[in-house]
Amino acid sequence: MARRQEAKGWVFVGPFLAVFALTFLAPIGYAVYLSLYRDQAFFGGTVFVGLDNYAEVLRDPKFWESAGRVLVFLVVQVPVMLILALLAALAIDSARLRGASFFRIVLFLPYAVPGVVAVLMWGFLYGDTFGLAADLNDLFGTTVVQPLSGTWMLPSIANIVTWEFVGYNMLIFYSALRTVPGELYEAAAIDGAGAIRTVRAIKLPALRGAIVIATIFSIIGSFQLFNEPNILRTLAPNVITTYYTPNMYAYNLSFAGQQFNYSATVAIVMGVLTAIIAYVVQLRGSREAL
Amino acid sequence: MGAGVTVKGNKMKSFQRRRLLVAGTTIAALSLVLAACGSGNDSGSGGDTKQQGSPAAVDEALKAGGTITYWSWTPSAQAQVTAFEKAYPNVKVNYVNAGTGNDHYTKLQNTIKAGSGAPDVAQIEYQALPQFALPGSLVDLRQYGFDQFESAYTPSTWAAVHAGEGLFGLPQDSGPMALFYNKEVFDKYGLTVPKTWDEYIAAAKKLHAADPKKFITNDSGDAGFTTSMIWQAGGKPFSTDGKNVTINLADEGSKKWTSEWNQLVEGGLVSTIPGWSDAWFKALGDGTIATLPTGAWMPGVMEASVKAGAGKWRVAPMPTYDGQPVTAENGGSTQAVLKQSANPALAAGFVRWLNNGDGVKTFLASGGFPATTADLKAPEFVGKKSAYFGGQAINEVLTGAASTVAPGWSYLPYQLYANSIFGDTVGKSYQAKSGLDGGLKAWQDALVAYGNQQGFQVNG
Repeated sequence: MARRQEAKGWVFVGPFLAVFALTFLAPIGYAVYLSLYRDQAFFGGTVFVGLDNYAEVLRDPKFWESAGRVLVFLVVQVPVMLILALLAALAIDSARLRGASFFRIVLFLPYAVPGVVAVLMWGFLYGDTFGLAADLNDLFGTTVVQPLSGTWMLPSIANIVTWEFVGYNMLIFYSALRTVPGELYEAAAIDGAGAIRTVRAIKLPALRGAIVIATIFSIIGSFQLFNEPNILRTLAPNVITTYYTPNMYAYNLSFAGQQFNYSATVAIVMGVLTAIIAYVVQLRGSREAL
Repeated sequence: MGAGVTVKGNKMKSFQRRRLLVAGTTIAALSLVLAACGSGNDSGSGGDTKQQGSPAAVDEALKAGGTITYWSWTPSAQAQVTAFEKAYPNVKVNYVNAGTGNDHYTKLQNTIKAGSGAPDVAQIEYQALPQFALPGSLVDLRQYGFDQFESAYTPSTWAAVHAGEGLFGLPQDSGPMALFYNKEVFDKYGLTVPKTWDEYIAAAKKLHAADPKKFITNDSGDAGFTTSMIWQAGGKPFSTDGKNVTINLADEGSKKWTSEWNQLVEGGLVSTIPGWSDAWFKALGDGTIATLPTGAWMPGVMEASVKAGAGKWRVAPMPTYDGQPVTAENGGSTQAVLKQSANPALAAGFVRWLNNGDGVKTFLASGGFPATTADLKAPEFVGKKSAYFGGQAINEVLTGAASTVAPGWSYLPYQLYANSIFGDTVGKSYQAKSGLDGGLKAWQDALVAYGNQQGFQVNG
């Protein structure tokens, strides 16, 4: 009897497991398999090289340059974006804002714009020959504003990403705030708590889970930065190298250099790094109070 | 790619994630196929009987008919396919525009690696031909007697469709370089059309001094332009002999070019607007960019995309180092038959019609610049006046350029990869407005390392 029940369970889980194995485990397994070989695109064929590719990635200055870049991006952009999203969510939830639903929609709208379109649009604004940047420079008679130059590029990308995802994170926070029962606010009001006190004592603790989730999503998103720099590359090919971010590096290794094995290794190493950092954040987030 | 490892954040930036996942699974799928066919690499695996052909086999195949697939992004492709199907009603051609340039090559490379799905005939630029020909992905057309057509083409394009001994396509167009200049700007600032590069630099200084917003040309680093300029200067930085590759981006010709061009880059005398961007097309129309040393295919591009420049532009021969006329090719494509083709004789017949038959007429009608000497000499082609160029018979200049291309050039067998990392290396020199020799050295070092990793013996 117990055995039959067990078998029935597998029937229900089976379809999921099959799809899971095919679309999740197989690609990862294959990437790992690939990373153990070296295929020469022209002559020589495929050789088993063990962990050589991994050793090479860990010694590869291009890889570390790209990883370092997304780390800087993460440390600066993610807090800015999440704080903006948090302020927006608190403002919309405060019930003091006129037309709260209007602001909610407007803030969320950039997320609905396809990423590629958004970057192209910002690319036009950033243009320092004919774009908004050029107009600003003309207006003030300077050449200071050069969003697509070497030092400005990373902040420019951070600006696009922030614009795209503030609304999305705001929505996560806002929906978490909506789950707070109204009685709590009433009790706080009776106890004489002001608006600030209510935020600190009720709203922020209620948001903790949502903040941890949003942070982890954002960390992963930052490490996987690809679309924005890849599209801006056509406007600034000398600033954005083929190894500007780890994902761009992996992509170009594969599709420009046919170095599929090394590309898979880069992707795996980066995936592991991302998983470690996301896990650490999750542990800290659930252990400590904010 | 290990995108699956971090899949829990799937909602954020789901677009790019999906792209990467697709990329990851594609790679995985490709490798499955690869693994399935064991050592599935290139050359000489059985089935060679179908590769044996003869001129008669081509005619027979065209008569018998069949279906072939053709990948191309040339503007004339659809019209040519329609005309071909009319001439050979038994043959059906599936025309696919698989993307422009690198998108096209990436897909082509993937089908070759996967061992299936490649078209029968594909457009391949001259610079990319060795990359597909040397690993044995293309059919040598000598077996169909196509080597007899040598005299029909300009020497430079005929050389460009060869890799090693083999003949891997028939030339479709050519891009001998000339100097396109904005006469309105030249007149306004009292510039004369430069005959030498020294005069060109003098004009650049004069123009930029008169109006700091105007530049003699734009160059933010472009591999195709750089290699063509080295070609014109007499450089031969790349040579290939079987597995042996030699790279020397500091040879006499390369140095000759950098000694002139460095003055423009270091002096900030060239605009940094990237080519083919929207800003670039606008700058060509409003006089921000005063000249373009580029290929003979440029008039069609300008007429289509730089409407504001109508009547302003003219064409002159390329400036040279000593005043003697010499130029280089920039761009240009051929059509090649893929080894994967199930009916290579028919595919070869299509190629023959495209580039050595009536297809050339369709190509010319759509404004293309041919590689066939008969058409380059035809009085109605040479004497045609162009309204866009103020009534100038531009083909007199351009066909003149076609006959003064410096001989002996060859591209790297992995030129597409080389072009992809140009920005990482030489681009840095452009970015720093420093001499280009350091960047060229970095480019060479990266190319030597890559070539050795991919099984070549590279000296550099």
